Amino acid sequence: MSAFLDIAIDEKRHGARSVLRGLHLKVGQGEIVSLVGASGCGKSTLLSTVAGLDREYRGAVRLDGRQLTGPDADVGLVFQAPRLFPWLTVAQNVVFGGHHRPNLERAHALLEEVGLKGYGDALPKQLSGGQAQRAAIARGLYLEPHVLLLDEPFSAVDAFTRMRLQDLLADAARQRGLTVLLVTHDIDEAIYLSDRVVLMDGVPGPVRAEFTNDAPWPRERGKLALSPLKPAILDSLHAVHAI
Amino acid sequence: MEHHAITLDAPARPQRARRRIGFPLGLLLPALALIGAEVGVRAGLVPANLLPPPSAILESLSWLLENGLAGHVGASTLRVAAGFAAGTLLALPLGALVALNRRAEAIFDPSFQALRAIPSLAWVPLLLLWFGIDEAPKIILIAIGAFFPVYMGVVAGIRGVDRGLTEVGLLYRLPPLALARRVLLPAALPSVLTGLRNGLSLAWMFMVAAELIAASRGLGYLLTDGRESSRADIMLAAIVLLALLGKASDSAMQALERRWLAWRDSYVDKETR
Repeated sequence: MSAFLDIAIDEKRHGARSVLRGLHLKVGQGEIVSLVGASGCGKSTLLSTVAGLDREYRGAVRLDGRQLTGPDADVGLVFQAPRLFPWLTVAQNVVFGGHHRPNLERAHALLEEVGLKGYGDALPKQLSGGQAQRAAIARGLYLEPHVLLLDEPFSAVDAFTRMRLQDLLADAARQRGLTVLLVTHDIDEAIYLSDRVVLMDGVPGPVRAEFTNDAPWPRERGKLALSPLKPAILDSLHAVHAI
Repeated sequence: MEHHAITLDAPARPQRARRRIGFPLGLLLPALALIGAEVGVRAGLVPANLLPPPSAILESLSWLLENGLAGHVGASTLRVAAGFAAGTLLALPLGALVALNRRAEAIFDPSFQALRAIPSLAWVPLLLLWFGIDEAPKIILIAIGAFFPVYMGVVAGIRGVDRGLTEVGLLYRLPPLALARRVLLPAALPSVLTGLRNGLSLAWMFMVAAELIAASRGLGYLLTDGRESSRADIMLAAIVLLALLGKASDSAMQALERRWLAWRDSYVDKETR
Protein backbone atom coordinates (compact mmCIF):
# COMPACT_ATOMS: atom_id res chain seq x y z
CA MET A 1 0.00 0.00 0.00
CA SER A 2 1.45 3.38 -0.95
CA ALA A 3 1.88 6.01 1.78
CA PHE A 4 -1.10 8.35 2.02
CA LEU A 5 -0.03 9.71 5.36
CA ASP A 6 3.74 9.91 5.62
CA ILE A 7 5.12 10.78 9.04
CA ALA A 8 8.83 11.40 9.39
CA ILE A 9 9.76 13.00 12.69
CA ASP A 10 13.50 13.32 13.16
CA GLU A 11 13.15 14.89 16.57
CA LYS A 12 10.48 16.43 18.73
CA ARG A 13 11.52 17.97 22.03
CA HIS A 14 9.67 19.18 25.08
CA GLY A 15 12.18 21.70 26.41
CA ALA A 16 15.48 19.91 26.85
CA ARG A 17 13.87 16.48 26.71
CA SER A 18 13.57 14.54 23.48
CA VAL A 19 10.11 12.92 23.31
CA LEU A 20 10.17 11.57 19.78
CA ARG A 21 13.22 10.70 17.78
CA GLY A 22 13.62 8.96 14.45
CA LEU A 23 9.97 8.09 14.07
CA HIS A 24 9.00 7.10 10.54
CA LEU A 25 5.54 5.80 9.84
CA LYS A 26 3.70 5.43 6.57
CA VAL A 27 -0.03 4.83 6.54
CA GLY A 28 -1.92 3.79 3.43
CA GLN A 29 -5.19 5.34 2.29
CA GLY A 30 -8.11 3.77 4.11
CA GLU A 31 -5.80 1.94 6.48
CA ILE A 32 -6.58 1.76 10.19
CA VAL A 33 -3.40 1.81 12.25
CA SER A 34 -3.24 1.54 16.02
CA LEU A 35 -0.35 2.90 18.05
CA VAL A 36 0.38 1.04 21.27
CA GLY A 37 3.17 1.49 23.76
CA ALA A 38 3.95 2.40 27.32
CA SER A 39 2.73 5.68 28.79
CA GLY A 40 5.03 8.56 27.97
CA CYS A 41 6.44 7.01 24.82
CA GLY A 42 5.10 9.91 22.76
CA LYS A 43 1.95 8.47 21.22
CA SER A 44 -0.23 11.46 22.07
CA THR A 45 2.55 13.88 21.13
CA LEU A 46 2.71 12.14 17.76
CA LEU A 47 -1.03 12.67 17.22
CA SER A 48 -0.79 16.35 18.26
CA THR A 49 2.05 16.78 15.81
CA VAL A 50 0.18 15.12 12.94
CA ALA A 51 -2.92 17.18 13.80
CA GLY A 52 -0.84 20.33 13.51
CA LEU A 53 -1.38 21.42 17.12
CA ASP A 54 2.28 20.94 17.89
CA ARG A 55 4.43 22.47 15.16
CA GLU A 56 7.87 22.66 16.73
CA TYR A 57 9.68 19.57 15.53
CA ARG A 58 12.30 18.52 13.04
CA GLY A 59 10.88 16.47 10.22
CA ALA A 60 7.80 16.51 8.04
CA VAL A 61 4.26 15.14 7.93
CA ARG A 62 2.86 14.68 4.44
CA LEU A 63 -0.67 13.91 3.40
CA ASP A 64 -0.97 12.61 -0.12
CA GLY A 65 2.38 14.24 -0.89
CA ARG A 66 1.39 17.61 0.56
CA GLN A 67 3.33 18.78 3.62
CA LEU A 68 1.13 19.63 6.58
CA THR A 69 2.22 22.79 8.35
CA GLY A 70 -0.59 23.16 10.88
CA PRO A 71 -4.17 22.09 11.56
CA ASP A 72 -5.73 20.95 8.31
CA ALA A 73 -9.33 20.42 7.20
CA ASP A 74 -8.34 17.00 5.86
CA VAL A 75 -7.20 15.83 9.28
CA GLY A 76 -9.72 15.33 12.10
CA LEU A 77 -8.87 14.61 15.70
CA VAL A 78 -10.95 13.02 18.45
CA PHE A 79 -9.45 13.60 21.88
CA GLN A 80 -9.39 11.32 24.89
CA ALA A 81 -12.02 13.52 26.59
CA PRO A 82 -14.99 14.64 24.46
CA ARG A 83 -14.07 18.34 24.85
CA LEU A 84 -17.55 19.52 23.89
CA PHE A 85 -18.27 23.21 24.41
CA PRO A 86 -20.74 23.19 27.31
CA TRP A 87 -22.52 26.38 26.19
CA LEU A 88 -23.36 24.98 22.74
CA THR A 89 -25.99 22.38 21.97
CA VAL A 90 -24.78 18.98 20.83
CA ALA A 91 -25.58 19.80 17.18
CA GLN A 92 -23.79 23.16 17.44
CA ASN A 93 -20.79 21.30 18.80
CA VAL A 94 -20.84 18.95 15.83
CA VAL A 95 -20.81 21.83 13.33
CA PHE A 96 -18.25 23.84 15.31
CA GLY A 97 -15.52 23.41 12.71
CA GLY A 98 -17.75 24.52 9.82
CA HIS A 99 -16.92 28.20 10.02
CA HIS A 100 -19.11 29.72 7.40
CA ARG A 101 -22.30 27.83 6.75
CA PRO A 102 -22.95 25.37 9.53
CA ASN A 103 -25.17 22.59 8.21
CA LEU A 104 -27.28 21.58 11.19
CA GLU A 105 -29.24 19.08 9.11
CA ARG A 106 -26.03 17.22 8.42
CA ALA A 107 -25.14 17.44 12.10
CA HIS A 108 -28.44 15.79 13.02
CA ALA A 109 -27.83 13.08 10.40
CA LEU A 110 -24.36 12.42 11.83
CA LEU A 111 -25.78 12.32 15.34
CA GLU A 112 -28.29 9.75 14.18
CA GLU A 113 -25.45 7.74 12.65
CA VAL A 114 -23.58 7.71 15.96
CA GLY A 115 -26.71 6.73 17.87
CA LEU A 116 -27.68 10.13 19.22
CA LYS A 117 -30.91 10.69 17.33
CA GLY A 118 -32.93 13.43 19.01
CA TYR A 119 -30.01 14.74 21.06
CA GLY A 120 -29.07 17.60 18.73
CA ASP A 121 -30.77 20.25 20.83
CA ALA A 122 -29.55 18.88 24.17
CA LEU A 123 -26.72 20.48 26.10
CA PRO A 124 -23.55 18.47 26.72
CA LYS A 125 -24.35 18.33 30.45
CA GLN A 126 -27.31 16.13 29.60
CA LEU A 127 -25.11 13.47 27.98
CA SER A 128 -23.38 10.51 29.60
CA GLY A 129 -19.65 10.04 29.03
CA GLY A 130 -20.23 7.56 26.23
CA GLN A 131 -22.83 9.76 24.55
CA ALA A 132 -20.51 12.77 24.76
CA GLN A 133 -17.77 10.75 23.09
CA ARG A 134 -20.21 9.76 20.32
CA ALA A 135 -20.92 13.46 19.79
CA ALA A 136 -17.16 14.11 19.66
CA ILE A 137 -16.82 11.43 16.97
CA ALA A 138 -19.65 13.06 15.02
CA ARG A 139 -17.78 16.37 15.27
CA GLY A 140 -14.61 14.65 14.04
CA LEU A 141 -16.51 13.36 11.00
CA TYR A 142 -18.45 16.56 10.21
CA LEU A 143 -15.82 18.17 7.98
CA GLU A 144 -15.33 14.88 6.10
CA PRO A 145 -11.60 14.61 6.78
CA HIS A 146 -9.51 12.07 4.91
CA VAL A 147 -7.58 11.21 8.04
CA LEU A 148 -9.06 10.71 11.49
CA LEU A 149 -6.74 10.73 14.49
CA LEU A 150 -8.04 9.30 17.75
CA ASP A 151 -6.26 9.68 21.08
CA GLU A 152 -7.48 6.93 23.40
CA PRO A 153 -11.05 7.94 22.59
CA PHE A 154 -12.73 5.10 24.46
CA SER A 155 -10.55 4.89 27.55
CA ALA A 156 -13.00 6.65 29.86
CA VAL A 157 -16.12 4.64 29.05
CA ASP A 158 -17.38 1.30 30.34
CA ALA A 159 -16.58 -1.94 28.52
CA PHE A 160 -20.01 -2.29 26.91
CA THR A 161 -20.07 1.28 25.62
CA ARG A 162 -16.48 0.86 24.45
CA MET A 163 -17.44 -2.09 22.24
CA ARG A 164 -20.36 -0.13 20.79
CA LEU A 165 -18.12 2.85 20.07
CA GLN A 166 -15.46 0.63 18.50
CA ASP A 167 -18.07 -0.83 16.13
CA LEU A 168 -19.33 2.65 15.38
CA LEU A 169 -15.84 3.85 14.56
CA ALA A 170 -15.05 0.80 12.44
CA ASP A 171 -18.26 1.24 10.43
CA ALA A 172 -17.83 5.00 9.99
CA ALA A 173 -14.20 4.61 8.92
CA ARG A 174 -14.79 1.76 6.50
CA GLN A 175 -17.87 3.36 4.93
CA ARG A 176 -15.92 6.55 4.26
CA GLY A 177 -12.59 4.96 3.38
CA LEU A 178 -11.05 6.96 6.23
CA THR A 179 -7.41 6.66 7.09
CA VAL A 180 -7.27 6.21 10.85
CA LEU A 181 -4.46 6.57 13.35
CA LEU A 182 -5.62 5.37 16.76
CA VAL A 183 -3.69 5.63 20.01
CA THR A 184 -4.81 3.04 22.50
CA HIS A 185 -3.65 1.12 25.56
CA ASP A 186 -6.11 -1.65 24.88
CA ILE A 187 -4.46 -4.42 22.87
CA ASP A 188 -7.81 -6.12 22.14
CA GLU A 189 -9.13 -2.83 20.80
CA ALA A 190 -6.06 -2.36 18.66
CA ILE A 191 -6.36 -5.84 17.19
CA TYR A 192 -10.12 -5.60 16.65
CA LEU A 193 -10.03 -2.28 14.85
CA SER A 194 -6.75 -2.20 13.03
CA ASP A 195 -5.24 -3.34 9.80
CA ARG A 196 -1.88 -2.79 11.46
CA VAL A 197 -0.72 -2.43 15.05
CA VAL A 198 2.39 -0.33 15.60
CA LEU A 199 4.33 -0.78 18.81
CA MET A 200 6.22 2.29 19.90
CA ASP A 201 9.35 1.96 21.98
CA GLY A 202 9.94 3.71 25.29
CA VAL A 203 11.14 7.32 25.27
CA PRO A 204 12.06 8.78 22.83
CA GLY A 205 9.73 6.51 20.95
CA PRO A 206 10.75 5.12 17.57
CA VAL A 207 8.65 2.35 16.05
CA ARG A 208 9.70 -0.90 17.66
CA ALA A 209 7.54 -3.43 15.83
CA GLU A 210 4.58 -3.68 13.50
CA PHE A 211 1.91 -6.36 13.32
CA THR A 212 -0.43 -6.75 10.39
CA ASN A 213 -3.98 -7.91 10.97
CA ASP A 214 -5.51 -9.48 7.84
CA ALA A 215 -8.70 -10.65 9.51
CA PRO A 216 -11.66 -9.86 7.23
CA TRP A 217 -14.62 -7.66 8.18
CA PRO A 218 -16.95 -8.07 9.92
CA ARG A 219 -14.63 -9.28 12.65
CA GLU A 220 -15.48 -11.49 15.56
CA ARG A 221 -14.08 -10.39 18.87
CA GLY A 222 -13.93 -13.93 20.25
CA LYS A 223 -11.84 -15.22 17.37
CA LEU A 224 -9.51 -12.22 17.45
CA ALA A 225 -8.89 -12.69 21.17
CA LEU A 226 -7.60 -16.17 20.36
CA SER A 227 -5.46 -15.06 17.41
CA PRO A 228 -1.68 -15.36 17.70
CA LEU A 229 -1.46 -11.59 17.21
CA LYS A 230 -2.21 -10.79 20.83
CA PRO A 231 0.56 -12.89 22.42
CA ALA A 232 2.99 -11.58 19.81
CA ILE A 233 2.16 -7.95 20.66
CA LEU A 234 2.23 -8.64 24.40
CA ASP A 235 5.61 -10.38 24.10
CA SER A 236 7.02 -7.38 22.25
CA LEU A 237 5.58 -5.00 24.84
CA HIS A 238 7.20 -7.02 27.63
CA ALA A 239 10.48 -7.04 25.74
CA VAL A 240 10.37 -3.23 25.44
CA HIS A 241 9.70 -2.87 29.16
CA ALA A 242 12.47 -5.27 30.02
CA ILE A 243 15.05 -2.98 28.38
CA MET B 1 -22.68 -3.00 5.38
CA GLU B 2 -23.98 -3.74 8.81
CA HIS B 3 -24.87 -0.63 10.71
CA HIS B 4 -24.15 -0.67 14.39
CA ALA B 5 -25.60 2.62 15.47
CA ILE B 6 -27.92 2.33 18.41
CA THR B 7 -30.52 4.94 19.07
CA LEU B 8 -31.26 6.15 22.56
CA ASP B 9 -34.21 8.10 23.80
CA ALA B 10 -33.89 11.84 23.38
CA PRO B 11 -33.31 13.68 26.63
CA ALA B 12 -35.96 15.68 28.33
CA ARG B 13 -35.60 19.40 27.81
CA PRO B 14 -33.82 21.07 30.70
CA GLN B 15 -36.39 22.09 33.23
CA ARG B 16 -36.44 25.57 34.60
CA ALA B 17 -35.67 25.71 38.29
CA ARG B 18 -38.97 25.55 40.13
CA ARG B 19 -39.83 28.79 41.88
CA ARG B 20 -40.30 28.36 45.60
CA ILE B 21 -43.56 29.70 46.86
CA GLY B 22 -43.94 30.81 50.46
CA PHE B 23 -41.93 32.98 52.81
CA PRO B 24 -38.61 33.96 51.21
CA LEU B 25 -35.97 32.97 53.76
CA GLY B 26 -33.84 35.97 52.82
CA LEU B 27 -36.38 38.26 54.51
CA LEU B 28 -36.10 36.48 57.84
CA LEU B 29 -33.09 38.40 59.24
CA PRO B 30 -34.26 41.88 58.12
CA ALA B 31 -37.75 41.18 59.55
CA LEU B 32 -36.29 40.06 62.89
CA ALA B 33 -34.01 43.12 63.01
CA LEU B 34 -36.92 45.47 62.27
CA ILE B 35 -39.14 43.90 64.92
CA GLY B 36 -36.25 43.94 67.42
CA ALA B 37 -35.53 47.62 66.74
CA GLU B 38 -39.18 48.62 66.99
CA VAL B 39 -39.70 46.73 70.24
CA GLY B 40 -36.33 47.88 71.68
CA VAL B 41 -37.02 51.56 71.04
CA ARG B 42 -40.65 51.44 72.19
CA ALA B 43 -39.58 49.66 75.38
CA GLY B 44 -37.06 52.44 76.01
CA LEU B 45 -34.04 50.11 75.76
CA VAL B 46 -32.49 52.22 72.98
CA PRO B 47 -32.78 56.02 72.72
CA ALA B 48 -34.97 56.95 69.72
CA ASN B 49 -32.71 59.85 68.66
CA LEU B 50 -29.86 57.37 68.07
CA LEU B 51 -31.93 54.53 66.61
CA PRO B 52 -35.30 55.66 65.35
CA PRO B 53 -37.84 52.81 65.23
CA PRO B 54 -38.61 51.35 61.79
CA SER B 55 -42.05 52.98 61.89
CA ALA B 56 -40.37 56.41 62.16
CA ILE B 57 -37.99 55.57 59.34
CA LEU B 58 -40.99 54.57 57.25
CA GLU B 59 -42.60 57.90 58.02
CA SER B 60 -39.41 59.73 57.01
CA LEU B 61 -39.30 57.74 53.79
CA SER B 62 -42.86 58.66 53.04
CA TRP B 63 -42.08 62.34 53.77
CA LEU B 64 -38.98 62.12 51.56
CA LEU B 65 -41.04 60.54 48.82
CA GLU B 66 -43.13 63.68 48.68
CA ASN B 67 -40.07 65.90 48.91
CA GLY B 68 -37.73 64.91 46.12
CA LEU B 69 -36.67 61.36 47.04
CA ALA B 70 -37.08 60.22 43.42
CA GLY B 71 -34.58 62.89 42.37
CA HIS B 72 -32.02 61.67 44.93
CA VAL B 73 -32.48 58.02 43.95
CA GLY B 74 -32.42 58.89 40.25
CA ALA B 75 -29.22 60.96 40.58
CA SER B 76 -27.41 58.20 42.46
CA THR B 77 -28.65 55.48 40.12
CA LEU B 78 -27.60 57.41 37.03
CA ARG B 79 -24.13 58.02 38.51
CA VAL B 80 -23.75 54.33 39.33
CA ALA B 81 -24.94 53.33 35.85
CA ALA B 82 -22.58 55.74 34.11
CA GLY B 83 -19.58 54.91 36.32
CA PHE B 84 -20.19 51.17 36.15
CA ALA B 85 -20.55 51.28 32.36
CA ALA B 86 -17.35 53.32 31.98
CA GLY B 87 -15.37 51.08 34.35
CA THR B 88 -16.65 47.94 32.66
CA LEU B 89 -15.96 49.21 29.14
CA LEU B 90 -12.36 49.85 30.13
CA ALA B 91 -11.93 46.67 32.17
CA LEU B 92 -13.17 44.22 29.52
CA PRO B 93 -10.59 44.94 26.80
CA LEU B 94 -7.75 45.68 29.24
CA GLY B 95 -8.47 42.47 31.17
CA ALA B 96 -8.53 40.47 27.95
CA LEU B 97 -5.29 42.06 26.79
CA VAL B 98 -3.50 41.35 30.07
CA ALA B 99 -4.84 37.77 30.17
CA LEU B 100 -3.73 36.98 26.63
CA ASN B 101 -0.47 38.89 26.34
CA ARG B 102 2.44 38.37 28.73
CA ARG B 103 4.06 41.67 27.77
CA ALA B 104 0.82 43.58 28.41
CA GLU B 105 0.58 41.78 31.75
CA ALA B 106 4.12 42.86 32.65
CA ILE B 107 3.31 46.47 31.71
CA PHE B 108 -0.17 46.92 33.19
CA ASP B 109 -0.79 44.41 35.93
CA PRO B 110 1.65 45.61 38.64
CA SER B 111 0.28 49.17 38.37
CA PHE B 112 -3.32 47.97 38.40
CA GLN B 113 -2.69 45.85 41.48
CA ALA B 114 -1.17 48.87 43.26
CA LEU B 115 -4.04 51.16 42.23
CA ARG B 116 -6.55 48.54 43.34
CA ALA B 117 -5.27 48.80 46.89
CA ILE B 118 -6.09 52.52 47.17
CA PRO B 119 -9.21 53.12 49.30
CA SER B 120 -12.06 54.97 47.60
CA LEU B 121 -11.91 57.99 49.93
CA ALA B 122 -8.25 58.56 49.10
CA TRP B 123 -9.22 59.44 45.53
CA VAL B 124 -11.85 61.99 46.48
CA PRO B 125 -9.72 65.10 47.25
CA LEU B 126 -7.59 64.57 44.18
CA LEU B 127 -10.56 64.06 41.86
CA LEU B 128 -12.21 67.18 43.29
CA LEU B 129 -9.03 69.14 42.64
CA TRP B 130 -8.72 67.87 39.10
CA PHE B 131 -12.34 67.79 37.96
CA GLY B 132 -14.16 70.21 40.29
CA ILE B 133 -17.40 69.36 42.06
CA ASP B 134 -19.44 68.53 38.98
CA GLU B 135 -20.58 65.06 37.87
CA ALA B 136 -17.24 64.09 36.31
CA PRO B 137 -15.29 63.32 39.52
CA LYS B 138 -18.19 61.27 40.91
CA ILE B 139 -18.54 59.16 37.79
CA ILE B 140 -14.77 58.72 37.54
CA LEU B 141 -14.60 57.56 41.16
CA ILE B 142 -17.41 55.06 40.59
CA ALA B 143 -15.71 53.88 37.39
CA ILE B 144 -12.50 53.28 39.38
CA GLY B 145 -14.48 51.23 41.88
CA ALA B 146 -16.14 49.12 39.19
CA PHE B 147 -13.02 48.72 37.07
CA PHE B 148 -10.92 46.46 39.29
CA PRO B 149 -13.37 43.64 40.09
CA VAL B 150 -14.38 43.43 36.42
CA TYR B 151 -10.74 43.50 35.32
CA MET B 152 -9.85 40.76 37.80
CA GLY B 153 -12.84 38.68 36.68
CA VAL B 154 -11.88 38.94 33.02
CA VAL B 155 -8.22 38.09 33.66
CA ALA B 156 -9.05 35.14 35.92
CA GLY B 157 -11.77 33.94 33.55
CA ILE B 158 -9.62 33.92 30.44
CA ARG B 159 -6.60 32.49 32.27
CA GLY B 160 -8.78 29.70 33.60
CA VAL B 161 -10.14 28.58 30.24
CA ASP B 162 -9.58 24.86 29.76
CA ARG B 163 -6.65 24.39 27.37
CA GLY B 164 -8.48 21.43 25.89
CA LEU B 165 -11.25 23.70 24.62
CA THR B 166 -8.86 26.23 23.08
CA GLU B 167 -7.09 23.32 21.36
CA VAL B 168 -10.38 22.37 19.71
CA GLY B 169 -10.63 25.95 18.45
CA LEU B 170 -7.07 25.81 17.14
CA LEU B 171 -7.71 22.42 15.54
CA TYR B 172 -10.52 24.02 13.56
CA ARG B 173 -8.21 26.87 12.56
CA LEU B 174 -10.15 29.65 14.23
CA PRO B 175 -8.47 33.02 13.71
CA PRO B 176 -7.54 34.81 16.98
CA LEU B 177 -10.64 37.02 17.09
CA ALA B 178 -12.98 34.10 16.37
CA LEU B 179 -11.17 32.04 19.01
CA ALA B 180 -11.74 34.86 21.52
CA ARG B 181 -15.41 35.24 20.56
CA ARG B 182 -16.36 31.59 20.18
CA VAL B 183 -14.22 29.93 22.83
CA LEU B 184 -12.46 32.24 25.29
CA LEU B 185 -15.29 34.66 26.01
CA PRO B 186 -18.04 32.09 26.62
CA ALA B 187 -15.68 29.91 28.64
CA ALA B 188 -14.61 32.91 30.72
CA LEU B 189 -18.18 34.15 31.15
CA PRO B 190 -18.81 32.69 34.65
CA SER B 191 -15.79 34.53 36.05
CA VAL B 192 -16.55 37.69 34.05
CA LEU B 193 -20.10 37.76 35.40
CA THR B 194 -18.82 37.33 38.97
CA GLY B 195 -16.51 40.27 38.30
CA LEU B 196 -19.42 42.32 36.97
CA ARG B 197 -21.50 41.56 40.06
CA ASN B 198 -18.65 42.55 42.38
CA GLY B 199 -17.98 45.62 40.25
CA LEU B 200 -21.59 46.73 40.46
CA SER B 201 -21.62 46.29 44.20
CA LEU B 202 -18.42 48.35 44.54
CA ALA B 203 -19.89 50.98 42.21
CA TRP B 204 -22.67 51.57 44.76
CA MET B 205 -20.11 51.85 47.56
CA PHE B 206 -17.92 54.28 45.64
CA MET B 207 -21.02 56.29 44.74
CA VAL B 208 -21.64 56.97 48.43
CA ALA B 209 -18.01 58.03 48.89
CA ALA B 210 -18.35 60.39 45.92
CA GLU B 211 -21.61 61.92 47.12
CA LEU B 212 -20.56 62.28 50.74
CA ILE B 213 -18.08 64.99 49.89
CA ALA B 214 -19.52 67.16 47.19
CA ALA B 215 -23.10 66.70 46.09
CA SER B 216 -26.39 68.47 46.32
CA ARG B 217 -28.43 65.45 45.29
CA GLY B 218 -28.20 61.73 45.78
CA LEU B 219 -28.35 59.18 48.58
CA GLY B 220 -24.85 60.08 49.79
CA TYR B 221 -26.00 63.68 50.04
CA LEU B 222 -29.02 62.52 52.10
CA LEU B 223 -26.61 60.80 54.50
CA THR B 224 -24.55 63.98 54.90
CA ASP B 225 -27.69 66.04 55.27
CA GLY B 226 -29.00 63.67 57.95
CA ARG B 227 -25.69 63.85 59.82
CA GLU B 228 -25.54 67.65 59.69
CA SER B 229 -29.12 67.97 60.95
CA SER B 230 -28.70 65.10 63.45
CA ARG B 231 -31.55 63.21 61.79
CA ALA B 232 -30.79 59.55 62.34
CA ASP B 233 -34.11 58.65 60.66
CA ILE B 234 -32.97 60.26 57.37
CA MET B 235 -29.58 58.60 57.58
CA LEU B 236 -31.22 55.22 58.18
CA ALA B 237 -33.74 55.84 55.41
CA ALA B 238 -30.84 56.52 53.01
CA ILE B 239 -29.05 53.39 54.22
CA VAL B 240 -32.18 51.29 53.72
CA LEU B 241 -32.57 52.68 50.21
CA LEU B 242 -28.92 51.94 49.44
CA ALA B 243 -29.42 48.36 50.62
CA LEU B 244 -32.58 47.96 48.55
CA LEU B 245 -31.05 49.44 45.41
CA GLY B 246 -27.86 47.40 45.80
CA LYS B 247 -29.86 44.24 46.32
CA ALA B 248 -32.15 44.99 43.37
CA SER B 249 -29.26 45.59 40.99
CA ASP B 250 -27.46 42.48 42.24
CA SER B 251 -30.62 40.41 41.78
CA ALA B 252 -30.86 41.67 38.21
CA MET B 253 -27.24 40.60 37.60
CA GLN B 254 -27.96 37.25 39.23
CA ALA B 255 -30.94 36.71 36.94
CA LEU B 256 -28.75 37.53 33.96
CA GLU B 257 -26.14 35.09 35.26
CA ARG B 258 -28.71 32.30 35.62
CA ARG B 259 -29.95 32.95 32.09
CA TRP B 260 -26.54 33.16 30.43
CA LEU B 261 -24.98 30.31 32.38
CA ALA B 262 -27.85 27.84 32.13
CA TRP B 263 -25.41 25.52 30.35
CA ARG B 264 -23.27 25.10 33.46
CA ASP B 265 -23.17 21.65 34.99
CA SER B 266 -22.31 22.60 38.53
CA TYR B 267 -22.91 20.82 41.80
CA VAL B 268 -24.85 23.77 43.24
CA ASP B 269 -27.12 24.03 40.21
CA LYS B 270 -27.89 20.33 40.32
CA GLU B 271 -28.23 19.69 44.01
CA THR B 272 -29.47 22.81 45.68
CA ARG B 273 -31.52 24.84 43.24
